[in-house]
Amino acid sequence: MSVLLEMQGISKTFPGVRALDDVTVQVREGEIHAICGENGAGKSTLMKVLSGVYPHGSYEGVIRFAGEEARFRGIHDSEAAGIVIIHQELALVPLLSIAENIFLGNERARGGVIDWRETYGRTAALLAKVGLKEPPSTPVGDMGVGKQQLVEIAKALSKNVRLLILDEPTAALQENDSQKLLDLLLELKAQGVTSIIISHKLNEVRRVADRVTVIRDGATVSTLDAHAGEVTEDRIVRDMVGRDMAHRYPERVRTPGEVLMEVEGWSARHPEHPDRDFLRSIALRVRKGEIVGIAGLMGSGRTEFAMSLFGRSWGKDIRGRVRIGGRDVDVSTVPKAIGAGLAYVTEDRKALGLILDEPIVTNISLANLRGVSRGGVLDDAAEQRVASRFKAAMNIRAPNVFQRVVNLSGGNQQKVLLSKLLFTEPRVLILDEPTRGIDVGAKFEIYGIMNQLAAEGRGVVMISSEMPELLGMCDRIYVMAEGAFVGELTAAEATQEKIMSLIVREHEVMEQEMEAAHG
Amino acid sequence: MADVNNSRLGPGEAGVGGLREGEGLSANGRSGAAYLKDNLREYGMLLALIAIVVFFVALVRAQIGVDFLNPQNITNLFLQNSYVIIMALGMLLVIVAGHIDLSVGSVAAFTGAVAAVLTVNYDWPVWAVIPAGLVVGGIIGAAQGYWIAYWRIPSFIVTLAGMLVFRGLTLWLLGGQNIGPFPPAFQALSTGFVPDIFGADRPNWLALVVAVVAALAILGMGMRSRSRNMAHGMEVEPTGIFWLRNVIMAAALVFIGWKLAGFRGIPNVAVSMAVLTILYAFLAESTTVGRRIYAIGGNLKAARLSGINADRLTFLTFVNMGALAGLAGMIVTARLNSATPKAGTGFELDVIAAVFIGGASSTGGSGRIVGAIIGAFIMGVMNNGMSILGIGIDYQQVIKGLVLLAAVIFDVYNKNK
Repeated sequence: MSVLLEMQGISKTFPGVRALDDVTVQVREGEIHAICGENGAGKSTLMKVLSGVYPHGSYEGVIRFAGEEARFRGIHDSEAAGIVIIHQELALVPLLSIAENIFLGNERARGGVIDWRETYGRTAALLAKVGLKEPPSTPVGDMGVGKQQLVEIAKALSKNVRLLILDEPTAALQENDSQKLLDLLLELKAQGVTSIIISHKLNEVRRVADRVTVIRDGATVSTLDAHAGEVTEDRIVRDMVGRDMAHRYPERVRTPGEVLMEVEGWSARHPEHPDRDFLRSIALRVRKGEIVGIAGLMGSGRTEFAMSLFGRSWGKDIRGRVRIGGRDVDVSTVPKAIGAGLAYVTEDRKALGLILDEPIVTNISLANLRGVSRGGVLDDAAEQRVASRFKAAMNIRAPNVFQRVVNLSGGNQQKVLLSKLLFTEPRVLILDEPTRGIDVGAKFEIYGIMNQLAAEGRGVVMISSEMPELLGMCDRIYVMAEGAFVGELTAAEATQEKIMSLIVREHEVMEQEMEAAHG
Repeated sequence: MADVNNSRLGPGEAGVGGLREGEGLSANGRSGAAYLKDNLREYGMLLALIAIVVFFVALVRAQIGVDFLNPQNITNLFLQNSYVIIMALGMLLVIVAGHIDLSVGSVAAFTGAVAAVLTVNYDWPVWAVIPAGLVVGGIIGAAQGYWIAYWRIPSFIVTLAGMLVFRGLTLWLLGGQNIGPFPPAFQALSTGFVPDIFGADRPNWLALVVAVVAALAILGMGMRSRSRNMAHGMEVEPTGIFWLRNVIMAAALVFIGWKLAGFRGIPNVAVSMAVLTILYAFLAESTTVGRRIYAIGGNLKAARLSGINADRLTFLTFVNMGALAGLAGMIVTARLNSATPKAGTGFELDVIAAVFIGGASSTGGSGRIVGAIIGAFIMGVMNNGMSILGIGIDYQQVIKGLVLLAAVIFDVYNKNK
């Protein structure tokens, strides 16, 4: 088999960070090539180099595509060469139809006038290829995420794609949608389409990949060949982590105290689909000094639950009781929730957490301006003292507290966000994906901070999509699926398999109920 | 770019992070030129204003042979621009909060008309009319702010509607006529002067004394905050630039005071402008309310999740804007000595332009009161200078438009650099 893509000795440096260090990847014509690595290992940076987001000249190394050296100056160049990336966040316009989306920017037109007959005709053919039965005029926003993913693939196929790159394609999909997508990949492979799949789900990688390249800390660790029997989950994990699993999480003395927060019968409706409960009668308990995990797939309602709890920041018709320290508390607005001792650290620190253009000091004081003012007048000196204190305690790496947070690394931004909510003196913290998108070293520091918070007698709730992290950090794990808690496991009994089987069982129950309702 | 490099310390440099605080941050190591380059926007505005004034001084002398900065014209600059500056204070907050208010010209006209009807037709005394006008403006602001804040209707649309509605109501209230004249007490709102407590009429010692005291206050407060910032390890201006800037400001104040002293003293509007400017600068920069307004403009969702009541704050920002438009409307009416259906036409554009020339971001979250004031003076000096030179209204509009565009392009260019 000939080589379609060769990335040779790719290095990419950001100020202060070497994101890629001599990475080499070789993709053969007609294979499915998986790229595995932890968050922050450099996978997405590598794909941005490949697609020209980081243009030729901004990195070191050579890219050879279809036998020629490629010097892409932008996405336009790489697409012209036949490389199409489908990102985790889909780039579809919800209000436009399937056909309009597929030919967006590439319209079938004569003299600027769209040829609808050709547009619809070709769309229908493409949809048949990816196994979608929807009419081409269906608005994309009316379809589920799984089907939208297929539309993205159809869009890629419309561009005469030579190399299809899928970034975490099944992260947001339910099990059977994932299976369909993987089947489609195998089918496209049979038709001669080469693809790269980036995935955390190692069982899926094992199922479809011909070869696997593992990246760790910005460098290539190994390339494994499935046909030589090298692709096993154990092997991939060992190469990804590169060290003993026991040392990934800091040691902690676990001494949970009395119950600190109790949530009972927590239900809420989705603001856009208010016909039924999206969150279904959730009950949660957190003890002093305890770290409690919430496991679940994307879309299971974990973030929605946390945000509805934190001052009704999500959802409609919210019902349920919250007790903190044995007393009923009112958490109906964010100020009240903060006053009751609750803090929520968002998963989306850039959009929902920080004011990126403002300095560290302004961000840290924002949720508790009363703590740095008197009679409504800010005390600059006090504000700076507070910020400096957190900067030291959290080890926020910046020359001073007047640095704008947009210039900080993900890990340091996360520490600023944590500081902001810690300055409200919370008794219970809900941390939503606290280590998303930050490097391994910063993760370890965040874990240390979480342990410290628990040791101070606070209650910590951790929402995470990374199961090893939950298993490594938590005293207890709630499993969430379809807007409800479907199981509760202690640290001793929890395993990835048990968590997954609880989720899968709930999905099956839901499907049966749906079928019963329709049948 | 220096910021980016400093903030991305690698993990290995953790120990260095602590040491860097307090040293090298007072910019002693950096040259004045490098500092100016990094903060071009802040100084660019002031330099532009100075350049425009110098330009007109030269041109007016060459073409007409009079002093552009003669006492009467300086007084005129205050009188002509007072309403733009007063509304710019409110508009800055509106724009920082991430909104816009297109209705201020119509609201000013309407409150002016209300004041005229109350004064002329109902014989209300001036001490009752002024609060009434402020309340009317505030209620109008509340009526618009309600839809914007609590119904999340875009401010552009709500205030565009308001612009039409209150222009129409002004016409209706005045019956298409001018209403006036006003008693002297009401006219004093705009064209009055502060009496000289030192007795002598000319020169007006009060004007000179106030200017000198204000200049000294600027120097003193600047030095105080500079030394405090240095103590906290904040980056401060290099010594040379600090003195240059403050001495220029102080000298300009004394110069203006000296010129005013040679005419009729301090105009009343200059006093209200100065007091309001100080008040709003304090509100914007030193109070929790101000900080929260910047936060909702900077990142609305993050502000909400930080426990900030963004809806109420947005509402109050519009109430405040309405009240200031009311005040401006009464000042304009007092100056013209009659309420007219056409009053305040196009004011909203001058006010919004002043705020953007002053460096406010069109997406909200940044902008300074001082910038808006300088922006208003840039517009005002250009209006005044071009009128003196007899440049037609056609060219004036083109030039003003281009200046606004240039200022914003300069901003964007600076940010992307």
